[in-house]
Formats: sequence, C-alpha cells, structure tokens
Amino acid sequence: MPAVTELNVNGTRRTLNADSDRPLLSVLRDDLDLTGTKFGCGEGQCGACTVLVDGVPIRSCLTPVGAIGPQKITTIEGLEKDGRLHPLQEAFLEAGAMQCAYCTSGMIMSGSALLAKNPHPTDEEIIGFMDGNICRCGTYPRILAAIKRAATAIQGGAK
Amino acid sequence: MPWPKETKYLGKSTPRAEGPAKVSGRAKFTTDVAPAGVLFGAILRSTWAAARIKSIDLTAAQAAPGIKAALLVHNGEYLTRYYGDELAALAGTSRQAVLDALRLIKVDAEPLPFVVKELDAIKPDAAQVFAGRPNQGNNPARDSGRPDDAFAAAAAVVEGSFATQIELHQSMEPHAYAVSFEGDEMTAWASTQGVFAVRDGYARNLGLPQNKVRVICEHMGGGFGAKSSLSIEGELCAKLAQAAGAPVKLVLTRFEESLATGNRPSSFQKLKLAADKDGKLTAFQMDGFGTPGYMASAPNGGGSNGVALPMPYLYRVPNSRVKQSAVAINAGVACAMRAPAHPPAAYGMEGILDDLAVKLALDPVAIRLLNDPSEVRRHELEVGAEKFGWKAKYQKPGSSPGPVKVGIGCASAAWMSGGRGTQAEAQISSDGTVEIRVGTQDLGTGSRTVVQVVAAEMLGIDPALVTARVGDTRYPPSGGSGGSATTASVSPAIFDLCEKAVEELKKTSGLDDPRGANWKAACAKIGATPLAVTGRWRDGLSTGGAGGVQFAEVEVDTETGFVKLRKILAVHDCGTVVNRLTCESQINGGVIMGIGYALYEQRVMDRRSGVLLNPNFETYKLPGIGDIPAIELLLLDMPERGVIGIGEPCTVPTAAAIANAVANALGVRVPSLPITPDKVLAALGQVPDNGDRAAQVRDLEGAFARVAGAERPILLTETPA
Repeated sequence: MPAVTELNVNGTRRTLNADSDRPLLSVLRDDLDLTGTKFGCGEGQCGACTVLVDGVPIRSCLTPVGAIGPQKITTIEGLEKDGRLHPLQEAFLEAGAMQCAYCTSGMIMSGSALLAKNPHPTDEEIIGFMDGNICRCGTYPRILAAIKRAATAIQGGAK
Repeated sequence: MPWPKETKYLGKSTPRAEGPAKVSGRAKFTTDVAPAGVLFGAILRSTWAAARIKSIDLTAAQAAPGIKAALLVHNGEYLTRYYGDELAALAGTSRQAVLDALRLIKVDAEPLPFVVKELDAIKPDAAQVFAGRPNQGNNPARDSGRPDDAFAAAAAVVEGSFATQIELHQSMEPHAYAVSFEGDEMTAWASTQGVFAVRDGYARNLGLPQNKVRVICEHMGGGFGAKSSLSIEGELCAKLAQAAGAPVKLVLTRFEESLATGNRPSSFQKLKLAADKDGKLTAFQMDGFGTPGYMASAPNGGGSNGVALPMPYLYRVPNSRVKQSAVAINAGVACAMRAPAHPPAAYGMEGILDDLAVKLALDPVAIRLLNDPSEVRRHELEVGAEKFGWKAKYQKPGSSPGPVKVGIGCASAAWMSGGRGTQAEAQISSDGTVEIRVGTQDLGTGSRTVVQVVAAEMLGIDPALVTARVGDTRYPPSGGSGGSATTASVSPAIFDLCEKAVEELKKTSGLDDPRGANWKAACAKIGATPLAVTGRWRDGLSTGGAGGVQFAEVEVDTETGFVKLRKILAVHDCGTVVNRLTCESQINGGVIMGIGYALYEQRVMDRRSGVLLNPNFETYKLPGIGDIPAIELLLLDMPERGVIGIGEPCTVPTAAAIANAVANALGVRVPSLPITPDKVLAALGQVPDNGDRAAQVRDLEGAFARVAGAERPILLTETPA
C-alpha cells in the first residue's frame, strides 16, 4: 500500500508514514497529535472533523490522506495568525457560542470558510452553509450570532 | 437567602473560563488523551437480537498482528438479548489491527426468537425476552379519591391516546475511556458526568482500593444522562489495560453509541381527563406502558428504567387512577436522559388538557391558570402569554384559513432540581490570585465559570484572578452532574469557601475588609505559604423546584404534512441566576433538544431482523441550524430562592407545546411523537388505509386493555428521577 510521507499542515511541512487510504482525521489526530479536529460520527454527517484543504472545508473522516497531495491543510490549531485568534474564534468567545464544544472546531472551520468566500453572508446563506454541522447541545442561535459578529468585525478591520 | 442583593458578576454574563482553550482546539477531551504507548481497544458485539452463545474462540484474534489483549465479557454459555450486546474485547497497536482481528473471532451461536416492537412484545404468543417471564410487567393501580364516581359526575370528559418514541442521547463525544496502570495506581480518563461515580465503579468492579484509582475528565463532550456512571466499555477498557500491561483507550463508534449506551424509553399513554363546567379538573385516568429495552423483565427485577411517568404530571387532580407497566423487548437498555420521564409526561398530560379545553370552549392558557397549583408557574403563564401575544393570536382549532395552517400552543414543566453535598478547596497566593479545586465536572454547562463568578462576587475581585480546577477525583468531592444539580451543588460550597477566606484574610492582613479594593493589599501579607481554605455545601443557598412554560407558534402544510416552527418562547425560573450567558445557552439547548423530540428523532427497530435501522446521523435525524425558529427567552430572576439548576426543565415542555400548536393548527391531534409529515397527513385522513391502521389501533387498544386489566405482577418500582 503506498504511503503518504509528507503533508502541508498549518503552514508547516510535516513528515510521516501513513497508509494512503487512512482517513485524514485519523492521521491528524493519531500521527500528528492535532487533536483539535474531532471524531463525531465517522460518516461525514456531523461536521466535527471539518478541516480546510486549500481553503475548502472537507470532512476529514471521509477523506483518505492519500487524496490530499501537496494541498494546504488548515486545522483549528492553524487558524490563529501571529498569535492572534481568527475573528470568528474571537466572536465565538464573545457570543458564548459553545457549550460542550466538541463540535466547535468543526463549526469554526466551516464558518471561517464561509466568511473567506462570502464576507457578507445573509442569515439564509449562513444557515445553508452551516446546516451540515451538528451541535447536540443546541447552541445554534449563538453560532449564527457569532458568524454575523465575525463578519461585521472583518468588515470593520478591512476599512 | 444570603446572596448579595446588588451584584457585579452574579446574574450577569461572564465569558466561559475554558472558552479560549475550546475555540483554539487546545481543550483536551477524553477522546484526545493518549498516554505513551497507548493501545486501541474495541468491542465485539452480538449480531443477534437473541441467541444462545455457546462458545467464543479468541485464538485467531489473539494471534493476529498487533493484538496485545483479548478477553471475553461472559464466561461460559451466555444468552444474548439484543443486537449490540457486548461479547468480547480486544486491544492492539492500531485501530485497524483491532478492527481486522475482531473479524477473526469465531462465535458459535444458536439464534433464538426475539421481539423488538412494544406492541408485538405484549401479545400473548410473543417471544419471551426472558424465558418463562412475561414481557409485560405491571404495576398495581395507583388510585386516589373516587375516579369512577368523578368521571360519572363530570361536566366534560375527554379520552385520547398519546405515544412517544425512543430517543437517543447522541452526545457529540462518544463514550470514551483511557486507562493506564502504574504499579498499583490506576488512572482513568473518562468522558463522564461523575468522576467519583466512575472511580467507585472501578474500585468495586475491579477490586481496587478507592484511593488507588484516579479519574480525570477535563473537558467533556456532552452526556445528557448517558454518562452518569462507569459503563461496560469503561470496565472493559481497564481490563484490557490490565491484560495487556499497557495503557488502553476505548472510544465507541456512532454505531455503538446508538445501539448500546442508553436511550429515553418509549411511552404509550391512554388518558382520560374530566372537569367540572368551569374547567376545574376532577378526574384523571391513565393506562400506560413503554419499553426500557430488554431488562424490563429480567429475573433480578429489572427495573422500569424510567418507563413510569409522573402523572397527572404537575396538576393536582382529586380523583385519579394510574396504571403503568414496562414492556421488555430485545433492544438496548434505557437510562436517564435529560429530565427522565418528564417530556413524555408533558406531551400526554398537556395534550389531553388542551383537548379538554377545546371541549369546554376554554382558552388553553385559562384552563392552566385555573388548575396549575404553582403560583410561580401561573405568573409565567401570564407574563408569557402577554409577551407571546397569545390572546391576539389564538384561533379556534383548525380555523386557520388556507392549505398552510397556523397554530399556537403552550405547555408547562416542573423539575425538582436541588443541590447536594460538594466540597471545595482554595489556595490564595500573595499576588492575589485564587486557585479553587472542586471535584465536579464540566459537561459543557460551564461549571468552571460558575466557580469563578461566585468567587469573584463574594471576594469583590476580577474573575480573571480566579482559576477553577474541576474534573479530577484528587479534588474535594462533588456529586455527579445529573438532575440539574451541579450549579446548585457547587455555588454554595464556593460561597462558604469565600466566607472562610475573608475571615482568614482579616486575621492575616489586619484589614477589616480584605475584599474588593483591599484585596491586593490583604493578599500581599500572605507571604510565601499560600492561604489554604476549604468550603462545603450548606443549606440555605440553593433550593429545588424549577418551573417553566413554553409557547410555540407553528405553520403546518396540510398538503405536504410538513411542520415549520415560527417561534418558541421559553419562560423559566431558576432562582438566583449565576451566569446569565451559560444559563440562557442551556435553555436554548433544552428547547432545541425538545424540537428534535417533537419533530425528528426516533430509534427505529426492524421487526424481521431485530436490528436497529438508524444507528447513524444520516438516518437518526438531529435538529440542525436550519430547523431552529426564533427562540425567545424570559428568565424570572428570583434571588430569594437561591441557586436552582436549569438544564432539565427547559427541555420538558417544548415538544408538548409544539404538539399542541400543531393540534391547534389542524383541528385534529397527531397522536404520537415525532410529528412527521406522514403522521400529519394520516391525522388529516389523507393517507389511504389498507387496513393496517385499523390493525394497529386494535393492537394498541388490546395493549391498553391488558394494562388496565392486568393483576399485580412485577416491576415499576422506581419513581422517575
């Protein structure tokens, strides 16, 4: 079985030795000790394992590590820039947009991808984009509020 | 209550202490723990709904590459009673190695007859889950007053049948354990609602001294009742670690979570309710049953596992007769789930109450105001109805024009809550920082921030000076997080601790009041040895008895059967609010879990194979962000009552209020949860009946008749938690 020996994760070249058909989630968590990305269902249905590959949110539990190649992986651990939280991380803190927070990494990764693509989303656009991320604690109203808050903050910062 | 009247932090919104760790992915959950050299554990489960397991051969699995330990769950011949039952466990060097080796285990089994549906299980010729014992237990009728006379004399009598589904907990973090032994010391990381309960479970089941077992739960990905004590996968994880001589981690899959980690029991309720001409309730009768899984008829007495509902719920009806029984089926066992027994009780009782109001041409809010014994809840009904615009919105059932009909409904909740024994210790250092340790755990409700808020308020300092440490049996003991007890258990202990700290600091510093502006100066006198103080829960700072009323507005498409939620208003009381930010978040979450119960969630068993058909998030439908209406909260601040928990009452009335709103929209009642489009259309008579429905009604009527007529046999000894 061909092995994956190198990944670009959070701006760093990481060397490893993983079977190419292993899920990216398992490689991130078990081989690279990046445990911020969570296992929720293993079937791509809950979004807890969401990471960005070249900026596109994917379900890492269903993505074979061999499919990544030289693309850039961003996990929750890599969202900070220069020691500062991403505006959406800040907004989650300010809005109290978490309870148990097992879904939070995936929520923030999905939400950050939305804001990168569409900095002025409507409520309907946010709901449409985030509908695949499950929060069993039921923190959705706050998550919606946090994404809107971050959108406002990003716009303010851009001025 | 001695809580301060004017507050700076108590009752205000303080951001979560653990928030920065959670938004950056640094927070370590049990699933993230990996002691050096850790092995992966996995469980072999029964693929029969019922079978005689004659032997299990582990030889080939033991010899497989990477396998370090293999063990049987039961020695000798064993009768398995559900698909998903634990049979054997393996530990190995990689997850794949263990999954491969599981397939090498040879099980010699003789399949046996089984039954997985309640209405099948109560038929006289049904397969018996425990041979020689009827599947259906029974409780003696609980009579008060003279129900027969009262029904005969009533101005109005209504009857109805209400059924609720099996609901699964589905916390986002699966059940997870990691266990490491060093010498005679054991450390277990557990995703649990009770670190001390898990510690004591390990000591008991493995024969270890309690003081050699340490249980840690730093962050916890939800439990909702299913992680209250040491579960079998936790015990197997420890036994695998013993057998392998290496740390083992065992995390269940979503499939296993769905099969074998507990559920909310089903209910089938035949209800009869009577009132005088003014609407005052005079008589109530219930014949009910439900299933808590296979254990309901176990020879050891089984237990009802919360099948018995507290009826006639929060109303005091002078004449009543309640008969309930538990029915065994070949399926996983129920356990506590967020407000056990209350959401199904509210769905039935609040539903039949609305039907009675319709018959008497009374407003649903008015009939509740007339009959609710709680002054607090009557107030909630009034202020809620006002805020919701109830009077302007209410229309006679089914009178909304057009194919998309609008309806409103309301329902009430009661919950006993209450705090209990908790101890805490603090070290106060010369720089003015405070470290408080308490052996509670944080399920996601924010217990660290509760500690911070209470200490900051009582000491007059910034919450940032307080670090709260929880989730470790090395800290002073606290109870399990169940029954909405955590905040009411922890807050008084911190209050007590702070009073003692102030007394000690007065002596140390010579200042009359070391709090607030004097804090830094007082602490500077402490010197090199931190000031250590302890606190314990005491009476008079917390109470129980939370209530709540919720109002729902829905639109129902009578052509598609689709229910759309427009708005939920949740009116609740929890005494002294400690942290408004997390309190309101719990209420949102309770409402949303109630929406899932009302409209989407149900465990589906296959009659032919005995297999659970929807053990994943694709087919077990959880509410998503697109399913949530506007949720408005109205929280009554009642500081005179002390601290009361909120986690459970807020999920109790949601489904009942939605069901009543749907009935108001349609003019007919959908008689079971979840209210799916097919049931809406059937209730409207728009689904052709090939005779199945009549057969189902006959089955149900037969079941209720058996409950009503059955004599005293077993079970239903528990009162709902």
